[in-house]
Amino acid sequence: MSKYYVNKFLFTVDRDPQYLKRYAEDPRSFVATWEQSIGPKLNDAETSRVHTFTQAEREALINHDYVALFEMGAHFFLNLTIFIGIYDEPYMAKDGPLAFQKEFARKLQHWKGRDYPSVET
Amino acid sequence: MAELVATLASTHHPFYLKATTMPAEQQMPQAPEWKRKIEAYRETLARTRPDILVMVGSDHFHQIFLDNCPQFLIGKSEAYDATFYNEEREFGIPKFLLKGDPDMSGFMHRHLMDQNFDFAFSNDLKIDHSIICPIITVRPTNDLPVVPIYTNIFAPPLQSPQRFYDLGRAIRKAIDDYPSDKRIAAIGTGHLSLELGGPRQFMETGPDPEFDRQAIEWLRQGDIDAILHNVTHQSMAGSGNATHGFLNFILMLGVAGPEVADYVDNLDLFHTMEAYFTWYPKEQAA
Repeated sequence: MSKYYVNKFLFTVDRDPQYLKRYAEDPRSFVATWEQSIGPKLNDAETSRVHTFTQAEREALINHDYVALFEMGAHFFLNLTIFIGIYDEPYMAKDGPLAFQKEFARKLQHWKGRDYPSVET
Repeated sequence: MAELVATLASTHHPFYLKATTMPAEQQMPQAPEWKRKIEAYRETLARTRPDILVMVGSDHFHQIFLDNCPQFLIGKSEAYDATFYNEEREFGIPKFLLKGDPDMSGFMHRHLMDQNFDFAFSNDLKIDHSIICPIITVRPTNDLPVVPIYTNIFAPPLQSPQRFYDLGRAIRKAIDDYPSDKRIAAIGTGHLSLELGGPRQFMETGPDPEFDRQAIEWLRQGDIDAILHNVTHQSMAGSGNATHGFLNFILMLGVAGPEVADYVDNLDLFHTMEAYFTWYPKEQAA
């Protein structure tokens, strides 16, 4: 498991409008590309391949499965903002302000009153 | 020596600008009251006629990430760009360019190192909404140089509440010792109880209204002993997974000193309690 690498995915994609668009439109293809050529980048000249996703992490990212990502200990802020970036507008158009954020909370209700999975990396 | 003229500590709400500037018929019902409260709070700074703003905030994984994550960081530049693409996208916050004060940043950095705070520093810091929100609310003219200080309230392990308070005391001492005739205001933002990306987010109130009420009372009284006795990393997590932003309030109380606040206001908004505090100096830091 690499919480760090999952967070790196969320971080690098949320901050880049082109990556975000590709992740929204074709997540399976984009996650594969990310693993091949975006995730390993340290800077324009250097790469590192010490981190990899588990199959469960890869599937959670492909499925936009923010519940699974929460349960793996992905950072709550990154896990929220990237999916707001993808789903806020369509949900708002259909069901009004904060519709996506409230559904996100509803799907995590089974964690209420419990210690959440640690986001420490 | 420089003079600390005010210490401000408040919540930062990234939707303030959008919520109060959209067409009136689309605004939330609390928007006019929110705007009135912010503009009244703004006056508590304006009347002190500051020359430099020492600003305490926390990057939200905009510039700083887990590959290289400082607990405390100071910006040292002539100027700072502000607002990242994903903040424009999500909150509608515009780009800003802030003036810096490299001389005071350099003095502050060395002084804090001498007081055993091993600060990271950046000569290329881009500011995020933790510092832009208070520019928008309390100094929208954006006419003053800033000394930005970032704390880690986000990526555990975090420093203790005591350490945050002690850092506030150290920042106060550095301001008091700064060899300049400038008038300094210290402005910091954080959160009361807050949940983001969890089951208690975006409810009708903040996730822990009892904590919010208690925290406002502690800050109003300047009761650092009660805060340090009651607030732990675990208690904050129990009040909401992003409640650790309260650490910045503790830091700002350290800047002000354990004094009764001169100005206190709050506003119960959907999903958060907003709170606004100002202290005017009554003592020199020890």
